[in-house]
Amino acid sequence: MAKKIRVLMAKPGLDGHDRGVKVIARALRDAGMEVIYTGLRQTPEDIVEAAIQEDVDAIGLSCLSGAHMVLFPEVVSLLKKRKAGDIVVAGGGIIPEEDIPKLKKAGVRVVFGPGTPLKEIVAFFEKAGAAKGA
Amino acid sequence: MADSDDLQEIEARLRKWEATTLKEALKALPERRKEFLTTSSRPVRRLYTPLDLRGKPPSERLGQPGEFPFTRGIHPTMYRGRLWTMRMFAGYGSADDTNRRFKYLISHGETGLSVAFDMPTLYGYDTDAPEAKGEFGTCGVAVSSLDDMQILFRDIDVGEISTSMTINAPADVTWAMYLGMAESRGVPLTKLRGTIQNDILKEYEAQKEWIFPPEPSMRLVVDTFEFGVKQVPQWNTISISGYHIREAGATAGQELAFTLANGMEYVRWGIDRGLKVDSFAPRLSFFFNAHNDLFEEIAKYRAARRIWAREMRDTFGAKNARSWLLRTHAQTAGVSLTAQQPEVNIVRTTIQALAAVLGGAQSLHTNSYDEAYQVPNEKAVRIALRTQQILAHESGIANTVDPLGGSYYLEDLTDELEEEAYRYFDRIQELGGVIASIRKGFIQQEIANSAYRYQREIEDKERIIVGVNDFVVDEQPEVEPLRVSAASLRGQLDRLKRIRANRDRKKWQRSLDGLRKACEDEDANTMPHILDAVRSRATLGEICDVMREAFGVWEEPLLY
Repeated sequence: MAKKIRVLMAKPGLDGHDRGVKVIARALRDAGMEVIYTGLRQTPEDIVEAAIQEDVDAIGLSCLSGAHMVLFPEVVSLLKKRKAGDIVVAGGGIIPEEDIPKLKKAGVRVVFGPGTPLKEIVAFFEKAGAAKGA
Repeated sequence: MADSDDLQEIEARLRKWEATTLKEALKALPERRKEFLTTSSRPVRRLYTPLDLRGKPPSERLGQPGEFPFTRGIHPTMYRGRLWTMRMFAGYGSADDTNRRFKYLISHGETGLSVAFDMPTLYGYDTDAPEAKGEFGTCGVAVSSLDDMQILFRDIDVGEISTSMTINAPADVTWAMYLGMAESRGVPLTKLRGTIQNDILKEYEAQKEWIFPPEPSMRLVVDTFEFGVKQVPQWNTISISGYHIREAGATAGQELAFTLANGMEYVRWGIDRGLKVDSFAPRLSFFFNAHNDLFEEIAKYRAARRIWAREMRDTFGAKNARSWLLRTHAQTAGVSLTAQQPEVNIVRTTIQALAAVLGGAQSLHTNSYDEAYQVPNEKAVRIALRTQQILAHESGIANTVDPLGGSYYLEDLTDELEEEAYRYFDRIQELGGVIASIRKGFIQQEIANSAYRYQREIEDKERIIVGVNDFVVDEQPEVEPLRVSAASLRGQLDRLKRIRANRDRKKWQRSLDGLRKACEDEDANTMPHILDAVRSRATLGEICDVMREAFGVWEEPLLY
């Protein structure tokens, strides 16, 4: 049997909007992945530590408060520092269009905006997991 | 509604209609769906008639406006006497930035203020705290000190206008800053009118802006009740809020049930403190969401008033009729706003605002069309305010009391929502009460389940959201971005530095020590000590640190 894809869903910073992150966690679980949800108010350090401990293939970061430009790139750079740069980082939430290229340049693989179909997000993590597993 | 002979005749006519006219119509044109559902996935029947209200005398269920059980509204004349308060939730960047926005809104006819605070402030951190990194002013205004509060209300007559502040875990501190600000201007506390949200229970359930565990938090809430009754009698010391419960994914029925269950929990804690129910109950206010489904929303407001009046009178023994009134603010549903084709949100907001007014709300915030993206820009917020003004002055809905009262559909929905709420009250009681239900994750899980079902319905196109899963256009929306300036942040950090350098250190230390002692003494009321600390120029973060140390920090059950 193939190894299950492991995903860490995380809420960096102070943002308490957790409706979206929970819906996606559940959709990924329903699609057969192992999902670890960190809960709220995680620092980038907390998130990277959890990702390494849990040996995940990918991290989903959710932020709706506007602090994404500070918090998302920090997660990516800490992963690299901890030699875990192969963990794929995806972002989602309320992210202005003009910030997306900057986030991608900083190493966030994809940014999902409001209204993104769940199946698109599931497909992304399946592909990310398969690529890392291979 | 009709006597029994009439009902028999109505039933006979209905059966005949079903067998003839309806049958033929369905043969010629089947209905679009097998099942029709509300926004909250509640099945809706084809037709509602007097038969649905059989055995439910309107004299008991509806009463007269301004009389028990207040189903038709809390005032005898409703909006004929006074229109609802148009209160736009506003805040971004520094106190200076937001003070300008307040004046802009007042100049365009807003009739009450409503403050949105930024994330660090909501969690009791100063702007210069490490936790605040990247979060300054993005979701609201940063208020770390009495000085910030002074700037926020510069040139605004706080003795006249009423101010609502959306703040919860550190509500007592922010309120103390407002009181301190008024005091320094010579405005007596007895003259101040406004509301602090201060509803910590729904934070654990939905909005998640908690700091301390439930029990000390509830004690702090009751401290504000007690202080308010004595010192700031016109202030609403709590706004018991379903809004955020709904935004987190709850259905209309869950919003109604959990909000009122929370409300009753506050009443119990107040009574346990030794307060007379009639002393503080008239200062309890409410806040509900106004979502897309017009009739279901109107029914929710009406059911809420009826349940609250009954519970306050019969369960808690309140004698003062003011204690029975469910006075409520309403806000259109932020969660319904789409990032796609954002201008269309103006239409959604109009329908939702219509529901709030037809539901009999006392004040209303209408969302701006760009709020799926950001704190609104000036043009967007003006359109949102104009929406309320059109409803008030052009639509005619404010001309008569409860214009939809007596609608078979609406009255039946009101009854159904009420029954659903009581089923949840029983369930919560079985689990050991509201706080036990929170600790067990019951309420949070119910909300998450509804959120997931709603999303799946959209995914499967069982539910159409215009511009999202149907009627889609491929265009980049034009939304004028509103960014917090680096200068605002610098100004805020400088001010904090100056406050810390220039205050009387001894006085400051003494006030914080006094607060620490009060926190540890369960018989003390913390409010006078918080006010003292604020006057001594202690910052929000410093005061909350004392309380974090005394009370600990809540860790929520993880679930999804």
